[in-house]
Amino acid sequence: MTDISLNVRTAPRGGWFDPIFRFACLAAATTLLAALAGVVVSLAVGGWPALHRFGLQFFTTTTWNPVTEVYGAAGPIVGTLVTSALALAFALPIALGVSIFLVEFCPRVLAQPIAIAVELLAGIPSIVYGMWGLFVLAPFFALHVQVPLMMNLQEGSIWEKLLSGVPNGANIFTASLILAIMILPYMAAVFRELLLTVPPQVREAAYGIGCTPFEVVGSVSLPYVRTGAVGVVMLGLGRALGETMAVTFIIGNAHGLPKSLFDSGATLASTIANEFTEATGAMHTAALTALGLVLFVITFGVLAIARALLASQQTY
Amino acid sequence: MLFDRRTRRTAANMIFVATCSIATLIALAALGMIMASLLQQGLGGLNADIFTRSTPAPGSQGGLLNAIVGSLLMCALAMVIAVVVGLLAGTWLAEFGGDTPYGHVVRFLNDVLLSAPSILVGLFVYELIVRPLHGFSGFAGAVALALIAAPIVTRTTEDILRLQPNALREAGVALGAARWITIRTIIWRGAGAGLLTGGLLAFARISGETAPLLFTALNNQFFSLNMGKPIASLPVVIFQFALSAYDDWRRLAWAGALLIALAVLFVNIVGRIFAARGTVRP
Amino acid sequence: MLKIIAAAVGAVFLAAGAAEAADLSGAGATFPAPVYAKWAETYKAQTGVGLNYQAIGSGGGIKQIKAKTVDFGASDKPLKLEDLNSAGLYQFPTVMGGVVPVMNLPGVRPGQIHLTGPLLAAIYLGEIKKWNAPQIAAVNKGVPLPNLPITVVHRSDGSGTSFLFTSYLSMKSSAWAAKVGASDSVEWPAGIGGKGNDGVAAFVKQTLGSIGYVEYAYAKQNHATYALVQNRAGQFPAPEAANFAAAAAGANWAKAPGNYLLLLDQPGPQAWPITGATFILVYKNQASAAAGEGVLKFFDWAYKNGDGAAASLDYVALPAAVKMLIRKQWASQITAGGKPVYVSR
Repeated sequence: MTDISLNVRTAPRGGWFDPIFRFACLAAATTLLAALAGVVVSLAVGGWPALHRFGLQFFTTTTWNPVTEVYGAAGPIVGTLVTSALALAFALPIALGVSIFLVEFCPRVLAQPIAIAVELLAGIPSIVYGMWGLFVLAPFFALHVQVPLMMNLQEGSIWEKLLSGVPNGANIFTASLILAIMILPYMAAVFRELLLTVPPQVREAAYGIGCTPFEVVGSVSLPYVRTGAVGVVMLGLGRALGETMAVTFIIGNAHGLPKSLFDSGATLASTIANEFTEATGAMHTAALTALGLVLFVITFGVLAIARALLASQQTY
Repeated sequence: MLFDRRTRRTAANMIFVATCSIATLIALAALGMIMASLLQQGLGGLNADIFTRSTPAPGSQGGLLNAIVGSLLMCALAMVIAVVVGLLAGTWLAEFGGDTPYGHVVRFLNDVLLSAPSILVGLFVYELIVRPLHGFSGFAGAVALALIAAPIVTRTTEDILRLQPNALREAGVALGAARWITIRTIIWRGAGAGLLTGGLLAFARISGETAPLLFTALNNQFFSLNMGKPIASLPVVIFQFALSAYDDWRRLAWAGALLIALAVLFVNIVGRIFAARGTVRP
Repeated sequence: MLKIIAAAVGAVFLAAGAAEAADLSGAGATFPAPVYAKWAETYKAQTGVGLNYQAIGSGGGIKQIKAKTVDFGASDKPLKLEDLNSAGLYQFPTVMGGVVPVMNLPGVRPGQIHLTGPLLAAIYLGEIKKWNAPQIAAVNKGVPLPNLPITVVHRSDGSGTSFLFTSYLSMKSSAWAAKVGASDSVEWPAGIGGKGNDGVAAFVKQTLGSIGYVEYAYAKQNHATYALVQNRAGQFPAPEAANFAAAAAGANWAKAPGNYLLLLDQPGPQAWPITGATFILVYKNQASAAAGEGVLKFFDWAYKNGDGAAASLDYVALPAAVKMLIRKQWASQITAGGKPVYVSR
């Protein structure tokens, strides 16, 4: 006869630790929240004097005058949005292409080295991107792109308006190029990780019914990782919005609204980096802190839109 | 026959393959150009002195020892903090509260912190630690770096853990294991490679960060192991030396930049060997 | 494996504090950073005392000394007496140098172009747009001025160099003073901004027809095409150490309130018109007598032994008389608990 003992353990061994572990995880998550709250509060408190003084005009004025103490954020805001959008436009297709190539088409032997190579791009410090941009890309761009364009475009045409600028390679376009190269490896690496989590059975099933690799990727892999993919795009965009060092060296740092793609501009982050350590006037410091707050708000807005899009597709 | 469905599909596929290959070539070309510049400018400066002597004044002989040591100390401490916080937070989001309203808030705000410009994080830590304690320190630098790395670790941890099949979790419960044991021995282990990638990405990111260290750890001309005082770091030294007018400083800057790039490559390779031993790749 | 790593990391952190650490810390202007670093290196070799100076910008130096996170601050832009008194600070100069206009003009040798203060202001205001404009040609007879548009390059970051340059322009052009003013960070009416002296130098090097202003060390190291600027005596001196010293020679430090003195447009036939000193800021009432003594001892050592190093890095040392004056000020003004922290012997 089987022994039906009442001495049955009802709780798993070590289960007493479960609530503690759960609490520790919750505490960690809340620590992150607290850190973010701290950053936002310090930005808001620091930037308030400038926002109070200039009001809504702060966002529409392009004046930035430390001597007369009049500050406006329009120039840096436009510069930030344009460079980030352009950078994402350049980087996204390439990151997707690289990761798909590595997962689907690459000969096994080459896959690891190429993956390492792409991740190496991520390891290059942003300072180096700035140095490379200023000393290598800018002169090259000026000589081989801007000068020929200047000589061949008709005066007054749309192209000429869009592509005119001082031929020294320090402009919004080259800054976007550098940014694109910088965010590319993150996006490619995580895209690749995501694509590798597609269950092999599902992929094999698709191949089994005769799909070409294009169709497997398009109809099976990408939809499977769709939500993660949006996260990757957010990673990339976030990095682009806040990148400081590389952009500062090559964007030309002109505070007005850029008049063309090849014109100098400024971003919120580059303005802060350039001026914060030297800003002794209280209003100057407050205006720069307010720029930081604006940058935070823009990032917040971008991410909120992404969340809304995600929610409308499927629950996470 | 030319445009029947079969040919169209094959053609589309060929174009797709070509496009992806070109994209990869572009990425590799960008890497090639930058590495070429790094090697061209930095290789000449790499010698034994780099690892044995501290940063010199212009015109003197020296190396990057204090900067290397300082960076290692701060990045190590920062990664310890970031991995502890990030792993636990990511686990909470993936395993426990990720679908609650609070979980949505935490996830969203984590992404926001992830996108925070590093310079603002540095300023925050300056107000939080440096000003009240009246001094720049390596600890403040490490805290700033940890604040930048932790959201990355959290995000990638959650993404990878969520992609672990539920069957694994159910198997753990079925065997009668406590929840935390299931997580530790099955889920974390199963996701090991992905978690490592997240950690490496975070490490790569913070090892090159300059702006936050400018206001927290400052820099130090001399060799120091004292994390309670200003300490040198490679990115800040590179920043300072690269923008100077002195040839020997510039050479050191490029050499340092090359060092960081090579170190990240090394860490990547080691990480992969580590990960390959632990898991079976599909 | 992890345990070994953890133990190693722990051991390193435990060793911290027992290792060498810089005894004194200072931060501020980028202009004198190389010479301070050189002095600190030699000083440490001779005395074992480490003085860690970091270049975060003149404004940063002022900010940090006010926040008491460093033992001394350094600034290219001197504080006015009222500001010094309200913060309880004292400033003294250490070395001097010049700000030099540099250009990218093919076919023109360094020192061939002559410029005047008003001309520089007009160029930087964007009023003169081409190199062969009549105003420039008038001062440069016989020089082949190309028909190139002028691209103005200025600093994008706040800087003491900009402060000196814009102060000079304000002195020489009422239009500039009214429209832009003098500060380490202004709203430049024209041109593009480079980060740091090197950024400006790089832009000038890459852009045909550009003009920028950099500290003398950068002009020299980059073999840039510099311009001669007319001084008060009507002469066009070359930018070099001897002429910076000439500008400083006539300066009356004794009369300068709180040592606030800009060496702009100084009298003397060879005086370079855009010269300035760089300053150290310390509290009059020192919280720690040891730290105060350490800082002053270092700079006294530099006054006595550092001239050679300064010259090798293209700076100009202070005249001996000025050094004596400063030493007297230390003895009377820097105190801790009522007693002077350092009296130079």
